[in-house]
Amino acid sequence: MAQSPRPSSSPTNVFAPWNDPNAKPLIQFKNVTKRFGDFTAVDDLTIDIYEREFFALLGPSGCGKTTLMRMLAGFESPTEGSILLGGQDIVPVPPNKRPVNMMFQSYALFPHLTVWDNIAFGLRRDGLGKDAINDRVKEMLRLTRLDKFAKRKPHQISGGQRQRVALARSLAKAPKLLLLDEPLGALDKKLRNETQFELMDIQEKTGTTFVIVTHDQEEAMTVASRVAVMDHGKMVQVDTPAGIYEAPNSVYVADFIGDVNLIEGNAKVDGNTVSIHFAEGAAPITAVCERPIADGQRVSYAIRPEKISVNREPLDDRANHVKGKIEDIGYLGNVSTYHVRLPSGELVSALMTNSRRLARRDFTWEDEVWLSWTDTAGVVLTE
Amino acid sequence: MKKLSWFNLTTLTLGFAFLYIPMIVLIVYSFNGGRLVTVWAGFSTKWYGTLFHNEAFLDAAWVTIRVAVATATLATILGTLAGYVLVRGGRFWGRTLFSGMAYAPLVMPDVILGLSLLLLFKVMFGSMGMTTIILAHTTFAMCYVSVVVSSRLLSFDKSLEEAASDLGATPFDTFMSVTLPIIFPAVLSGWLLAFTLSLDDLVIASFVTGPGATTLPIKIYSAVRLGVSPEINALSTIMIGIVTVGVLTASLINKRKVVQRLKDEKTAN
Repeated sequence: MAQSPRPSSSPTNVFAPWNDPNAKPLIQFKNVTKRFGDFTAVDDLTIDIYEREFFALLGPSGCGKTTLMRMLAGFESPTEGSILLGGQDIVPVPPNKRPVNMMFQSYALFPHLTVWDNIAFGLRRDGLGKDAINDRVKEMLRLTRLDKFAKRKPHQISGGQRQRVALARSLAKAPKLLLLDEPLGALDKKLRNETQFELMDIQEKTGTTFVIVTHDQEEAMTVASRVAVMDHGKMVQVDTPAGIYEAPNSVYVADFIGDVNLIEGNAKVDGNTVSIHFAEGAAPITAVCERPIADGQRVSYAIRPEKISVNREPLDDRANHVKGKIEDIGYLGNVSTYHVRLPSGELVSALMTNSRRLARRDFTWEDEVWLSWTDTAGVVLTE
Repeated sequence: MKKLSWFNLTTLTLGFAFLYIPMIVLIVYSFNGGRLVTVWAGFSTKWYGTLFHNEAFLDAAWVTIRVAVATATLATILGTLAGYVLVRGGRFWGRTLFSGMAYAPLVMPDVILGLSLLLLFKVMFGSMGMTTIILAHTTFAMCYVSVVVSSRLLSFDKSLEEAASDLGATPFDTFMSVTLPIIFPAVLSGWLLAFTLSLDDLVIASFVTGPGATTLPIKIYSAVRLGVSPEINALSTIMIGIVTVGVLTASLINKRKVVQRLKDEKTAN
């Protein structure tokens, strides 16, 4: 889940307008609430999205991410609050007058028009000249490598090609903002991975701001400059993929993104070091915590499997060591997941790279092993 | 090809016999040489000849066709709009009432519809003619069109219209450039349905007809009351022929389209 380099003005300058107090956001949601009858889809939500960002809305179905996007496109209007695009309130603007285009989950290609006419559809509505339209359509066909299919109808091309036509059509008008609603949902895994990189490439080339809705966390991590994790109409956390993964602000986020071990216990604070007593008779976990925590508070300790090292002997340079017994091994080829039962009853998973070949592997079922990790490897969560 | 079991074969034969024996009898007797309809007197096509010299029948046919074309066109426009509003309009005020009213003529007895239209036209126009027949036929044909169109719209992917609007098309532009071309087959079959309904309506037309506006069904009905002539058999045979050819071409075109699409999708994937 490596983060790709983001567009930046100079190589030394990392793209992070959200940290710049002078940066003007392109989109601002201000206390937006959307209700459908009794159901609150979006709940008093405030968020800024900046120009050239690749912003991912991530969450389970029904969390309000699609509603949020449909409000940007203009298909839904907020019950309360305002949505600003470039400083201008767009709530009263109908969808056909917004400088926003959308790529639909079902692609919504016009079945009676050729690929060429699908891409030209929006341009014709702009009242452009014939030559200007031709040039732009050709450019879009080149960008999405569809030159050969211009004369075909949507049902005469493959799923991956249809997806590219949908992208070309939504990019043709050079919108300020492109919305992508689960754009890769209908593609198989291999094609999806390829297309993710293609999307990032196109986003960088065109400099358009992308907002993508997805329930696939891997996809969000791969493509996005920032990820917003949503639940029940609220933003739980908005951060870079690395921030979301390494410093989740809640148990919900830690659990939603990737695999995690969650250990509950009582905190004992000593400066910025916290000792977490999770079981009778077990040595407490030592963790460094930046957040203020009250002495004796009930906390959850979240640690990713790959941060835990599995060895015959405890590693002396790590702050935490626990002994346990291997209960299960999940072999994935490049890595193996070890499920280790602690004497206190907790089941901890640890991930090790298989740097040696099978015959030389150290551990097997029922082996007694030591788990070791540093005091900064995990996160102390209070909610 | 699978062979049918004797049971299926029997039911199939009986079903078809029930449907088509009356028509076959009619077609056979249209080539009867004699004057009496029920007595076979050798093969002849002379009744087709006299039919084409019968001014009254030809006039009635011409009236019927003009009425049917006008009715089908008007009913298609109104029925398509009604179907569109019912499916796409959301839960607007009075929607249930409107949908009930739009579909009521489907179940309303023709006699009652004809009578009420007769009273209305008497008050409105005073006299009857082709216009009143067209209006009356449009009234009941339109709800058939709206049923056909709205059932097509229910399976229509709404995101296509959203996509058009997203790309800058106004609601009217969206309807004309996206919705209508896609639902066009349904609109066309609505037109054909309305055309056929108007073509063979007797009850309503006889209520609202006036001088100079005798449709073919009225003409045939009144002629039969004076005795069935072989000419009418010939006329009916021609009508059966026209309908058969129409239905066959429509289904052939449809089938070829489906086959072509399946082939396209195979090559694409």
